[in-house]
Amino acid sequence: MWTWVAHRISGVLIFLFLFAHVLDTALVRVSPDAYNSIMHTYKTPIVGLGELGLVAAVIFHAFNGIRLILVDFWSRGTRLQRQMGWAVVALFVILFVPFAIRHLINVFA
Amino acid sequence: MSTPVPTSSTDRGRPVTELTTRSPYQRTSRARGNFELWSWLFMRGSGVVLLVLVFGHLFVNLMLGEGIKAINFAFVAGKWSSPFWQTWDLVMLWLAELHGVNGVRTIINDYTERDSTRLILKSLLALSAVLTLVLGTLVIFTFDPCIDPASTLSQCKAQ
Repeated sequence: MWTWVAHRISGVLIFLFLFAHVLDTALVRVSPDAYNSIMHTYKTPIVGLGELGLVAAVIFHAFNGIRLILVDFWSRGTRLQRQMGWAVVALFVILFVPFAIRHLINVFA
Repeated sequence: MSTPVPTSSTDRGRPVTELTTRSPYQRTSRARGNFELWSWLFMRGSGVVLLVLVFGHLFVNLMLGEGIKAINFAFVAGKWSSPFWQTWDLVMLWLAELHGVNGVRTIINDYTERDSTRLILKSLLALSAVLTLVLGTLVIFTFDPCIDPASTLSQCKAQ
């Protein structure tokens, strides 16, 4: 239930960011200065923390999506769905913690 | 025809034989075909590919080197001077957008109650998808790294 809710919320969040991200990247066709100035805002602390949330959403959505595929296609998937939920949490921590450290150093140092 | 066929009259007295050989009502909708099945399958297939593409994108852009601090016009120019990253980003753009549109479409179907609301939301969704895909694709294909006068790329110096 809660992984289902989180999958929807993280999915919508990523979709909204994708729209913004295509628009900001499109500024490379306007001028180097236009692109560099929008990239400057991506390096500010507040947006930097937002990126942390975005990457968290991506990592969760990716691994929970793999879990959903295994539930659908793997013969033991439905029986192990709860354990796979914990595997998603474990993989999330393993990837997100090193990323958070690296990214926070890049943003704040 | 003297002995009558044994009938179990479950459906207005029709004989069982007739019910099993040819159903009086259509069970599967012909109007939408297998669209929902294909969309369900697409979410799983594109999801697996996107995991690789998006994780690779995040690792190269945010983990390697200076991460977000290193991203500027020259960074993009360096990446998109290679057909490898152009292809990577193009495939990622299309798969992510279609995967996202399909997900949001499902959410709209789940929560809207009025037909008019559903139509408006789906129209806006389709419009945003067309805008994103056309703009994104054009940007990748028409990108010119040499509009930066400070470019150090070899193809820009030669001009």
